[in-house]
Amino acid sequence: MEVSFDLLIGAIVAGLLLGGFYAAVTAGISISFGMLDIVNIAHPGFIILGSYIAYIVNLEFGVDPVIVSVVMLPVFYLLGTAIYQVYYLSFEKRGQESLRGLAFFFGVLFVTEVVLLLAFGVDYRYVEAPYIGPSLHFGPIDLPLRMLVPCLVALTMFAALQIFITRTFIGRAILAVSQDQFALQLMAVDPVRIKRIAFGLSIATASVAGALLIIIQPVEPSVGREYIGRVFAICVLGGLGSMPGTLIAAMLLGVVESITATFYGPSWAPAIAFGFLLLTLAFRPSGLLGR
Amino acid sequence: MDAEQEMSPILHVQGVSKRFGGFVALDEIDLEVQPGERLGLIGPNGSGKSTLVNCICGTLQNETGTVQFDGHAMDGLAAHERTHRGLARSFQLPRPFPSLTLADNLCIPMLYTVHTRSGPLHADNIEARCAELLEMVGLASKAHQKPRDLTQVEMRKLELARAMAAEPKLLIADESMAGLSHSEIEDILALLMRLNESGITVILIEHIMTAVMSFSQRLAVLVSGKKIADGKPEQVVRDPEVVRAYLGE
Amino acid sequence: MIAIATGLFLLIRAPDVEYFFVAGYTIVQYVVLATAWNILGGYTGYVNFGSAAFFAMGAYSTVALATFANQLDDLVPESIAPLLHLVFPLSIPVLIVIGGLVSGVVGFGMGYLTLRLRGAFFAIATLALAVVLQTLVVNWEFVGGSGGAYVVRPGEFPGLGSYMQYLFALMMGLAVLALVTARTIERSRLGYGFAAIRDDELAAEASGVPTLRLKLIATTLSGALMGMAGAPFPYYIGYLQPQSAFGLEYAVNSIAMPMIGGTMSWVGPLVGTLLLGTLQQVANVTISSAVNLLLVGLLLIGFVIVAPNGIVGLVQDRLWTRSRK
Repeated sequence: MEVSFDLLIGAIVAGLLLGGFYAAVTAGISISFGMLDIVNIAHPGFIILGSYIAYIVNLEFGVDPVIVSVVMLPVFYLLGTAIYQVYYLSFEKRGQESLRGLAFFFGVLFVTEVVLLLAFGVDYRYVEAPYIGPSLHFGPIDLPLRMLVPCLVALTMFAALQIFITRTFIGRAILAVSQDQFALQLMAVDPVRIKRIAFGLSIATASVAGALLIIIQPVEPSVGREYIGRVFAICVLGGLGSMPGTLIAAMLLGVVESITATFYGPSWAPAIAFGFLLLTLAFRPSGLLGR
Repeated sequence: MDAEQEMSPILHVQGVSKRFGGFVALDEIDLEVQPGERLGLIGPNGSGKSTLVNCICGTLQNETGTVQFDGHAMDGLAAHERTHRGLARSFQLPRPFPSLTLADNLCIPMLYTVHTRSGPLHADNIEARCAELLEMVGLASKAHQKPRDLTQVEMRKLELARAMAAEPKLLIADESMAGLSHSEIEDILALLMRLNESGITVILIEHIMTAVMSFSQRLAVLVSGKKIADGKPEQVVRDPEVVRAYLGE
Repeated sequence: MIAIATGLFLLIRAPDVEYFFVAGYTIVQYVVLATAWNILGGYTGYVNFGSAAFFAMGAYSTVALATFANQLDDLVPESIAPLLHLVFPLSIPVLIVIGGLVSGVVGFGMGYLTLRLRGAFFAIATLALAVVLQTLVVNWEFVGGSGGAYVVRPGEFPGLGSYMQYLFALMMGLAVLALVTARTIERSRLGYGFAAIRDDELAAEASGVPTLRLKLIATTLSGALMGMAGAPFPYYIGYLQPQSAFGLEYAVNSIAMPMIGGTMSWVGPLVGTLLLGTLQQVANVTISSAVNLLLVGLLLIGFVIVAPNGIVGLVQDRLWTRSRK
């Protein structure tokens, strides 16, 4: 097999663009799992939900999917807080998070997928937007706008989150709650309220991630499951709760997936992320930049 | 028994350090405990007492230093293996098994420590020993209830009983007396004394100074991860540094 | 219990309706899967999202061996061929044992890699495992790749009538094995160890329970049983595609049935399976299979929130409160 240099460069670039998108997808999990220790495996389900919402509005009213997702941010945020409330009252308070919490989120993931299946069927759905199609060309490098725009939006969202967490009071309270709940209580801040806000935020990111997803690729209900592995692989590899680490890990995964798909075919792609995850868990569970 | 064996400590902690990220919880701790001794360990909250216990018992791994128990190096051994060798501890915040009855809670160390050490136990034997232990801590009437029906104080007693059920050579009692009434404290002290008289080494970690003073043959003080005093109780409590850091104000 | 099983078998056989065997097979298969899941999940407290992986490993061992038997003469040097023809094609009980071994090894391996970590990581790893194995199988042409593989089911089984009845009988035997195993564990020293790990792993370690070793036992045993349930599947279904062997319904049902039935005892998975299983068979025929899965998902969420100890738990609470009055 000849390794064409152009092909390799193309694969790497595509991988980086994909990686930016993956970072946005994982941002939510970095918050809920990395900082709050909640194993929300239903997160990809919410992303797909975001995709379908963007699809419907785009179909009916021709609105750009990214704009739809921004408008939907508050809705997703509220959804997240509601779910956290249920989770907290049913499980966290009773100290039974492990088994039952996992089963709960698994159920939520499953129900979301089946509801979407019943509502939309198994056909692949996609959106229409002016930047899906054209590409920028820089010499041997192709930058399809279909990938570039989501990547840029993703990085913007990611940067915004990072600023929020490190510069605002609530953001820092979230960081604090992940490290020392008790100290937070001493400062008269209610940890439950902070966690609720954080979880709402994490689900809100799914709105944007969903819109970006359906720009990059056609979507059908079971696509969410492919992303479970990617998201947790990136989160663990990047070191739980470390935003910079998440970004690096996302880029890394994007590039490896892209190169594998280009040279070995796309049918191996799902195994890459999950394989990464298994290897990381087995050999370096604290991740690259872990705490 | 030759003279050398008589003098070697049953527990020898050397240069043990433990960090959590940037925070130094334990800083080069040296501690020796003689067989059959009654050692008291005191210090302010957060000084590292429980961390030290965790490192000795294997719940946490210390970064530097060694822990020797009964002549064997404990480094790298899992917590359950150390328990098999005769090290037992109660947890400062009680950790009972919520889905099991009190009697069954005590069964676990018997089935997995005593059984491993001395061979299979007969079911009646186990039942008898459980009943005996529950009697000793005053919980016999609740033998078939679950931990959720216990008061905080009773949970601490269960915690102690479970540690005793492992038939240890060295028992570390981590704040077993918090919240107990005066007579209950006396009961627990008497219990620990009896254990000690039968040959079990006891390390008592407590804030209740009267109990510590009446029980301990030797007293060690931990402040901010460092051991600042170690000697006879009467002398240690008069040590100005100890007074300043813990007792005084 | 064997008596009850035999009795049930003869009962179902009486009307001689083939459909009963077909539907019954699925339900009994889930009894095995649910009970197996519960050994690791309910007893020991470690959630396995990848039940499908272990089930499929058993199924694909059968497919691989059946394909090997078919292509024996092409694959093996002439000297050995006649000898192997005596052994192959392997009978299903043998396949079941092999399926169990394969899945058991997979369970052990995965456990070894991930059980030192927290329960949450283990659960995620099981998800990862299912996808990785599915991708491997899809890319393995020998067992049919993504196109699937045909396994021809013999028409009749001497003494019992249709082959389906034979499969059903075998599966009932497996179910009895699984239930007896679960019940024995529950009352044994091992069961106490599992319970301690589930309740408080740290305290269990401090009490002398070798937690890693016991967790490995649970994972291996659970995986092996699931593999055994999967081994006859290709014969049952005739045409095996990766999507069906690795289907999501296995993961969901293996979790939902024990959690709805009750995770603390061996009766729970049985109750949960019989209830949910029959419900699903009915729903499949009357409504649609998608709605049926939706119901399962909603029931799972509902029970997890409201009745954490399942139906058996509710019954036990009722009896207990009644005895106190």
